[in-house]
Parts: sequence; structure tokens; C-alpha cells
Amino acid sequence: MKAMRYINPRTLPLVVTTALFILLFGFGAVSYDAFLSPQVFVNLIIDNGFLLVVAVGMTFVILAGGIDLSVGSVVALSTMVTAALVQHHHWSIWAITPLVLIIGCAFGLLHGVLIQVFRMQPFIVTLGGMFLARGLCYLISIDSISITDPTYTALSEYRLPLGAETAISLSGVIAIVTLLVGVYIAHYTRFGRTVYAIGGNERSALLMGLPVARTKILVYVLSGFCSALGGILVTLYMLSGYGLHAIGFEMDAIAAAVIGGTLLTGGVGFVAGTLVGVMILGVIQSLIAFDGSLSSWWTRIAIGFLLFLFCLLQRLLERSKLGKK
Amino acid sequence: MNIQACLRHRLFWPCATLLLLCLINFAFNPNFFDIEIKNGALYGSVIDILNRAAPVMLVALGMTLVIATRGIDVSVGATVAISGAVVAVMIGGTLAIQDGVQTYVANYPMPLAMLVAVLVALLCGLWNGALVSGVGMQPIIATLILMVAGRGVAQLITEGQIVTIYYEPFFFIGNGFLFGIPFSLYIVAAVLGLLLVLTQKTALGLFIQAVGLNPTSARFSGISARALVLWVYGFCGVTAGIAGLIVTSNVKSADGNNAGLGMELDAILAVALGGTSLDGGRFSLMGTVIGALIIQTLTYAIYSLGVPPEVNLVVKAVVVFTVCLIQSEKFRSMMFTSKQRVEDKS
Repeated sequence: MKAMRYINPRTLPLVVTTALFILLFGFGAVSYDAFLSPQVFVNLIIDNGFLLVVAVGMTFVILAGGIDLSVGSVVALSTMVTAALVQHHHWSIWAITPLVLIIGCAFGLLHGVLIQVFRMQPFIVTLGGMFLARGLCYLISIDSISITDPTYTALSEYRLPLGAETAISLSGVIAIVTLLVGVYIAHYTRFGRTVYAIGGNERSALLMGLPVARTKILVYVLSGFCSALGGILVTLYMLSGYGLHAIGFEMDAIAAAVIGGTLLTGGVGFVAGTLVGVMILGVIQSLIAFDGSLSSWWTRIAIGFLLFLFCLLQRLLERSKLGKK
Repeated sequence: MNIQACLRHRLFWPCATLLLLCLINFAFNPNFFDIEIKNGALYGSVIDILNRAAPVMLVALGMTLVIATRGIDVSVGATVAISGAVVAVMIGGTLAIQDGVQTYVANYPMPLAMLVAVLVALLCGLWNGALVSGVGMQPIIATLILMVAGRGVAQLITEGQIVTIYYEPFFFIGNGFLFGIPFSLYIVAAVLGLLLVLTQKTALGLFIQAVGLNPTSARFSGISARALVLWVYGFCGVTAGIAGLIVTSNVKSADGNNAGLGMELDAILAVALGGTSLDGGRFSLMGTVIGALIIQTLTYAIYSLGVPPEVNLVVKAVVVFTVCLIQSEKFRSMMFTSKQRVEDKS
């Protein structure tokens, strides 16, 4: 029982996640010769950069006690808008990027206003947004649009060298910058502290005179922004826009946040934990790819199982906390 | 006064919406209400809509009860895929020629295969129920787990392949006609009838409402809320499993990736359209059936108007936002007060 004192229930999920990540990566390193190289590690960030960006936005929404199911569709819409404008209308990247980000924010604003002003359930509102964004994709085009624009292909192929034999792509850099900004916002700004307060107890946040309405709407705007940015990264990664991109992506983002130690009831969690959550999802995919004999559907089962374990852990922690009181 | 009572009836708006959609269909397609008899079976647009709405109706009926207990089940689409995969793998079927006569041979007897598929679906539902009522997870997250893993499980069962069924008798469930009416409608009617009797002739309906309105007070008044919620999720799994049988029979194959894709959303939409509050409590089974028909009629209208079917999603989004706005008390009070002000002025 003495050991229990050193375990902080707030950080325990994160500790477990980090240990699991090291375990999985270590398992890979022991089992496969090429696994333990810096490039494999960096590839985890490159291949999952867009997920990281979207999951950071999702973490804020969950911290504030909400949920955003529209992120996958907004990602798809961003790829579609980008691809259509650059291929069919030959817009410059400097005009497209702000426009796409504004569209993402507009979606978030719509969700936030409907949830805050009209007291609708976040689940159902963002479900509507999910339909809307997917539908708009198909209004632009039913088929996939490939991007052949030289600026985009150059940006897509660009690699920033990190020492010998290791390089990171532009989207990897953007993902890490987004994560750092997210950590800063969550822990070092008034907005971030208000988000935690709302997730902890909305009524007392209101009684304390915190700007609850504004913050709750802004959280969804932030998630919309992150989804749009994630969409731009997907466009760079895939060099195409397609209405079927990023199906089921919202579930991956939620899973990453939960595995990263964010409590689904809101108010508890770390943005940095989401990084570990994303890396775990990535390392599972790499392990299955390295193994070769396991089929791709095992990824989904493994993610589901991890989600189950971490939800269970969260419930146990909540119960033990209640028991102490 | 009678008209007012009619207007206030909770099924008025769903029915009015359905009627309006039918009239729109009729305006663009004068043959919309025509029903023909071919080979002793009824054919026509209306029959077609009813037949195609059957799986969503079934899933939405189970979902209604889940939502009434303040829950939600986003895993039904995955359950549909799992049940379809089980039945397809167990029946499989080959075309054999015995004594010069073509006969269809199933791997396992069809009733056994269907029973196992529904039992597996029940297990899926009970798993959700155990996580919600036993462990105490939020319903959306508890069912999210199965939604993520379920499609993996379905693909595991079919080994990543699309399993085609070669066994004629099985096709009857999704495509057959009994006394001129599609067989799937009898299944829906049976489930609906069972639920109506259970919820209106016994106290079960009251219990479900009580749990949805206030779980704590329901428990204090002696309702075993935990067991009730567990079995409500189990039942939702069963309806999804039966819907999986119909879907699989309809397309004569099981596809772990795409069977029942997005069905959870359609089912939730049907429940909301039918006037059941997503906050739990009061529910309407008939409303849900009408809600599912509204979705299917809307889809039919979009097809017959020559609009690309993909626009369907945008229309659905508008419907979701509108329904939620109407259900939002804040919005209603805003509308109401502004109306009163106008009346005061005049």
C-alpha cells in the first residue's frame, strides 16, 4: 500500500502508455534487425503526422468534456478543396492554405455555436458536421483528384536531414510544431487553464467567472483548425484529394487521446500524452508491417483492445479516487 | 380543438414529414404510388422503400431502447458486419449435382448458422452492456471499442475476403416474398410487435423510461437498472444481428469492411427523426419506424430527382441539424418568445 502513495492517478495512464510504447518498440528492436534505427522512429512521426495534428485538436475537445466526430470528414474536405483548387483552378498554395484553414475553423465555429448556444449534444452536432463535410467532398468531385502541381510535389518530397541517414518530412516538422504549440496553449495560457476548468466542472468554472461560453466555442474552432491542418498534411502525404480519405479517422484520433491518458469525462490529461498515444498506434502498425504474416485487420483489433484496456484503467482510477473520498 | 390535439401528438411531425416526402416523390414520379402484382408478389416504389428500409428499421428499434436509457450504441454497424460474416462463413454453400439434379449444399444447416450469427450478435451487445452498466464507461466510448475492433473481427472471420454465398434458400430472407409481401417486412413487424407488447403491456417500457429520465431515482425505486441496461444493449445487438442476416442475404455475400457501414448513424438519425429525445427518457417505437422510412424515402427522392446520390449526405446533414434545432429547448423558447412578441404587438 505504501507504493500506492507514489502513484499519481493523473499521470498513471501516461506512465503506463509510455512504458507500453518502450516495451513495444523494444520488442520490435529485438525481433527485427532493421527496427532499431533512428529512421524507423522518425517514420513513426512522418507516417502519423496528420493523425498527431488532428489528435491534438481532439485532446482539447475531450479535455473540455466534449467530443468531435467530424474531424475525419473535415480532413477529407480539406484534401478535396486543396486538390480541386490547385489542379482545376491553378491557385497558389499561399491562397489555398489560408482558405482551407478558414473552412476548418468555420466548421468548428458552427459546431461550437450549436453546442453552446442551443445546448445540443456535441455527439449529434458533430455527427451532422461529419455528414455535411463528407457530402461537400462529393459535391466537389466523386473521383479522386491527383495533384501534379510542382510546388506541392516538391514540398511533399522535401526532407530535412537530421544527422546521418535520418531525415524528416515537412509534415513531420509541422506536426511537431503543432504539438509544441498545443502543449503551450494547454499548460501555459489562460485559455488552456479555462479548458481544464470547464472539463473538471463546468458549473464551478462558470461561477468562478471564467469565459465558459467563449472557451467552449473556441475549443471546437481549434479542433476544426487542427483537422484542416491535418487535411493539408494528408494532401502532402498522399498528393491527392478524395472524399474517401480519412474514413474512421475520428476514431483513431479519439483512441490516440484516450491511450495518451486523457480522461473522457474531461478535465484530466496531457497534450503531450497524445503524442505517445499516436506513437503507440504507429508502432503497432509498423510491427504488423514488419512481421508480414499478420494481416492488416489485426491493427484494428489491437487498437480496439488497447482502447478497452485504457478505458478500464481510467474507470478503476476514478473508482479508487471516489473510494478515498 | 381536435386539430390542436392532432398537432400536438408526438407522431404528427414525423408523419407529416413522411407524407411531404411521399408527395414530393409523387410530384416528380406520377407512378410513385402504383403497386403491381407480378408473379404473385407486390412490386412498386412504396414496397421497394419498405423493403430497403427493413435493416435500418430493425437496428433503429434496438437503438431506440438504448437511447431511451440515456445511452448510445455506435457499434451496430460493426455488429451487422460480424453477424453477416458468421452466417456467410457457416453457410457458404456449393452447387453440387446429385443424380443429375442441381442441389445447393450448405456447410452447416441454415437455421443453425442463423442462430449462431444472432447469438454472436447478442454477445456483442452484452459486451457493450457489460462495459456500460458493469464497468460504468460512457456509452459512446464503450461502444466505440467494438466499433473499432468489430470490423477487424468481421474480417478475421471472413479472412479478409468477401465471402459469397451459394445457397438458394438463404436468399429468401432478404429477397423473398411471403403472401406477396417482402419477407423482411414480416421480421420487422414481428420485432416491432414484440417490443410494443413488452413496452406497453408490461412495466418494461416504464422501467426503461425511468432509467433514462433519472438512473439514480430509478434504482432507489427498486428497478435493477444495471440488469435492465445490460439486456437493452444485448437486445440492440440482436436486432443488429438480424439486420446483418437480411443485409447479407440481400447482397448474397458478406464484406467485413463495408457491410452495415454508416448504419449506426442512419439508425441514430431514424430514432431522432421519430421524436425520441437523444437525452433519454420518453421514446416512441412507431416514431422510429417512421423515422427509418423518412430516411429511405428521402434517399429514394434524391435518386429519382436525378441528383447525384452523394448529395444525400449533405441533405442528411441538414436534416440532422434541423431536427436537433427543433428538439433544442433553447431554440424553441427563442422561437416561441419571438412569436409571442409579434402577437402582443398586433
